[in-house]
Amino acid sequence: MAVKEGKIKSMSHDDFKDNEYIDKLVEELNATGANVAVGNLNQLINWGISNSLWPLTFGTSCCAIEFMSLGAARYDMARFGFEVARNSPRQADYIMVQGTIVHRMAPALVRLYEQLAEPKYVIACGGCAVSGGPFKKSYCVVPGVDQILPVDVYIPGCPPRPEAFFYGLMQLQRKIKVQKFFGGINRKQKREEFFAAHPEERGLLS
Amino acid sequence: MSDIKEILKGICPEATFVEGGENLQVNVPEKKWHDFARQLHDDKRLGFDVLTAVVGMDWKESVGVVYYLTSTSRGWDILEVKVEAADRKDPYIHSVADIWHVANFQEREVYDFFGIKFIDHPDMRRMFLRNDWVGHPLLKDYDADPKLNPIRLDDEKNEDDTCTYVEDEKGKIKRIPGKVFQEDDYVVNFGPQHPSTHGVMRMRASVDGETITKVDMMSGYIHRGIEKLSEGLTYPQILHFTDRMDYMSAHQNRHCLCACIEKALGLEVPRRAEVIRVMMDELMRISSHLLAFGCTAMDLGATTAFFYGFREREQVLDIFEKTCGARMSMNYNVIGGVIADIHPDFQKDVKEFLRIMPERLKEYHKVFSGNIIAMNRLKGVGNLPKEDAINYAITGPSGRGSNWSCDCRKVRPYSIYSELKFDEVLETGCDSYARYMVRMREIETSCQILEQLVDNIPEGPIRALNVPKIIKLPVGHWYHQVEASRGTFGVYIESDGQKTPYRVHFQSPCFNLIGVMDLCCTGYMIADLITIGAALDFVIPDIDR
Amino acid sequence: MFDFGKWTSALNELLLGVMPEWAAITIECVLIAVALLAAYSLLAIFYIFYERKLCAWFQCRLGPMRVGPWGLLQVFADVIKILIKEIISIKNTDKFLFRLAPFIVIVSSMTMFACLPWGNGLQIIDYNIGIFFILAASSIGVLGILLAGWSSNNKYTLIGAMRSGAQMVSYEISLGLAIITIVLFAGTMNINELVWAQNDGWFLFRGHIPAIIAFLIYIVAATAETNRGPFDLPEAEHELVAGYHTEYSGISYGFYYLAEYLNLFIVSGIASLMFLGGWMPFHVPGWDAFNNIMDYIPSIVWFLGKAFFISFVIIWFKWTFPRVRIDQLLAFEWKYLMPLSLVNLVLMAVFVALGWHF
Repeated sequence: MAVKEGKIKSMSHDDFKDNEYIDKLVEELNATGANVAVGNLNQLINWGISNSLWPLTFGTSCCAIEFMSLGAARYDMARFGFEVARNSPRQADYIMVQGTIVHRMAPALVRLYEQLAEPKYVIACGGCAVSGGPFKKSYCVVPGVDQILPVDVYIPGCPPRPEAFFYGLMQLQRKIKVQKFFGGINRKQKREEFFAAHPEERGLLS
Repeated sequence: MSDIKEILKGICPEATFVEGGENLQVNVPEKKWHDFARQLHDDKRLGFDVLTAVVGMDWKESVGVVYYLTSTSRGWDILEVKVEAADRKDPYIHSVADIWHVANFQEREVYDFFGIKFIDHPDMRRMFLRNDWVGHPLLKDYDADPKLNPIRLDDEKNEDDTCTYVEDEKGKIKRIPGKVFQEDDYVVNFGPQHPSTHGVMRMRASVDGETITKVDMMSGYIHRGIEKLSEGLTYPQILHFTDRMDYMSAHQNRHCLCACIEKALGLEVPRRAEVIRVMMDELMRISSHLLAFGCTAMDLGATTAFFYGFREREQVLDIFEKTCGARMSMNYNVIGGVIADIHPDFQKDVKEFLRIMPERLKEYHKVFSGNIIAMNRLKGVGNLPKEDAINYAITGPSGRGSNWSCDCRKVRPYSIYSELKFDEVLETGCDSYARYMVRMREIETSCQILEQLVDNIPEGPIRALNVPKIIKLPVGHWYHQVEASRGTFGVYIESDGQKTPYRVHFQSPCFNLIGVMDLCCTGYMIADLITIGAALDFVIPDIDR
Repeated sequence: MFDFGKWTSALNELLLGVMPEWAAITIECVLIAVALLAAYSLLAIFYIFYERKLCAWFQCRLGPMRVGPWGLLQVFADVIKILIKEIISIKNTDKFLFRLAPFIVIVSSMTMFACLPWGNGLQIIDYNIGIFFILAASSIGVLGILLAGWSSNNKYTLIGAMRSGAQMVSYEISLGLAIITIVLFAGTMNINELVWAQNDGWFLFRGHIPAIIAFLIYIVAATAETNRGPFDLPEAEHELVAGYHTEYSGISYGFYYLAEYLNLFIVSGIASLMFLGGWMPFHVPGWDAFNNIMDYIPSIVWFLGKAFFISFVIIWFKWTFPRVRIDQLLAFEWKYLMPLSLVNLVLMAVFVALGWHF
């Protein structure tokens, strides 16, 4: 049975299907500047970080159950080295927001994010974390975690399938491979720096 | 039912009766309510020992509460009691938390949503919303301006503050402030982000050494306001919320809501659809119990057993995926039937699953339940006697672990359950091990039901043909219950004849489970808090809704 | 049997030939330290990989597969990541103790590591009270854990540290008694002599009943000593988030992580030393041809092989059993394990006195 081509607003279907364009982008960005020693060290560090992403267990609803499936035998995220789920934010590398974030939870989520040690990343999983999902219009739902956190990767779905989780995690790996640990362009920005440069992104925070 | 009216008249002559609905409804003046409730509970002739649901209502001119009471001794008869508060601006109703302990949390929810203060309630705090929240969202004149309640990133202040409202002899109501924990309590906080709270529940436990002296459950970290959202959506649109409340009993919950709407519309669901629904319900129950098994094992530190549970769960999810098109949040039941016919492989897959499951259950028992450490951790922990289970309305596997026969499929059969042969699973242990074993044995029961049905799916339409294009329920209110994976799930719908419901209330089983945590955990150790939580197996989005 | 001592003494003489004694000793110390550190980190990396793969196989999974062939480079990636991770300093903590604690743990583990006999002639320190020294060094580790729990100013870490303290102090008794049982049998505490005494057969076989009981007690107590499942209460993930090291990040946490795995190796090494002959090949008295063939396998392979096998058993425990509760844990030690090991000690004394052994 042929899979129906979905219409994607932001990119052509061919681009969606293969990720070469991302790899090309990575090459382009890495080609600029940086001497050999620093460049190689950067690459080594990025290889290390991207292959050793330890998640913080943070599930609020359905997506968390799919995340458990991700860890279970059929999908087995240990293959990528993601299985060392840390419960203490100090030791985790990224926070995967699985599920709706409501007003009461928002301060706790921000605090958890701030407790993460650098370098840290945020993945928004599922419709609720991306945009509020079916609960967007509710009186106490945060319409997307990007209102309160800088999000690196969005994984849509309600809940996303484990394959989608993997895709999102691999996108994060690709993204990490572009960053530069030793300054220069594409350095990962800290939250405060980002908001200082983009005051309009503060949104509901102000 | 007819004799009840006479007895009730004798107890409270001021009570008025409304008949013609699905249950007998009594309107009781607020002043008499507490004494009346006491009689309902204590009177041997009545024996309304279960407070099934507490539904806060805003009738525009007044606010009040509809209590759904069940009498286990009278064949699970349901009685509705409607109590209106005198003053809409500053409403007070007497608390019944001292009679039915389950009302403790239920009334806090009503306070949160409607601002009705309960006199003599021991702990009148907000249930779901931040304590600095402005307004009560389910009131019809609630001001939803986001400026009033912006996303606050500061912590809540004065979390320990609580209060009680008492009435003196002259009828004046006084607010007495109090504290949840005393000054010198050593309070350990679990959650909202904690690996073993199964979501974002927050438990605060005061401990003496490692022994717990009090547990305070703080909910609302995933409160999405489904009931309010439903009021603005049409009936087919609100269906999908049920899949996202208790995602581990998505089919049962949705079955309940569909059945409630069908009851209101007087729709006859085709037999084929009913059979498919029941099969899906039972598969969902198996999947849920497998997850519960896995999580119990993982919370106790036996990580490997978790993976074994998930191995079989994936197989159930495959069956769902083939027929419903999704692994979770299936959105399968619709008003009048199911949305799509079963996949051609459905029967084959179910049979294959039924073939392997008994073997795998044996393996689980070998790996985990029979393990001496697991038994020591589970046995005698979190004692919940039958009387307390009834008083706290703990239904589902947790209630049956306390030897309370409360299976909705047996005591108030719905759908085609009355035609099926299966035994209600009961355990007499009243502890965590009993609850755990009920779950494991219910997997067998569900397999038994599936075996009866898998070859007997009748031909025919999968959806009633006379479902109206635009669904408008007649004026009135309905309450329907099903047995979800974790207990009795109830849906209350009040309609004023519009396309959208006037009020929808979901009575979730897990909500009652958290009410019992304090009772279960006191006197046990910190590690037991996790065990008890795992054995009660609550799903947080179901509590918070 | 090949004697590694030849190499080391040859190196020693070479150095003495070109420089004064103090310089030679300094250089040797540096060399030993470098070798030790390298062995320590490589073993830790191997152990992390070993456990992750084993646990995956127990759980019908594959484990790390993507980074390098069969995921062999996975742990290297983790190490790089942990090295560059931010070390968070926390307000309202005792900063000095907070920083000190991981070092105490790692130093304790290193000291024990240095005393292990790796092979014939491959041993750094050879005390006449070697095994006693190892036990003493292992007790320092608990101090690091207690300090970590206290200085973090966090309730989880404090509870974790208290549990850990109670647990390690209790189980040390059984551990010590199990070892004393064998010391009684061998009549020496010198590690080298202990190994050579097993030339005619390992203590596990020579001491039969009391030795086997001591071995079982040792394995249980060692599992508890290393805070591994089913006795992993101090860092019980589902109760105390991450236990005593909840507040540590970056390499400070890495130290705990390394020490945890290395302690697993060390207790396995001691078990193989005390019960399974250390680096001594499998010898059967009288079967000279067989014994000669066994001697062809290098002694270091024997030692590592035995240690890895015992570690396998301990890892197997962890991924099979649920966690016990603190009161059950202590009751098990004080009510069953310790009396049993005392009785066993007496039993061994009787056996030795009456000569009922091989």
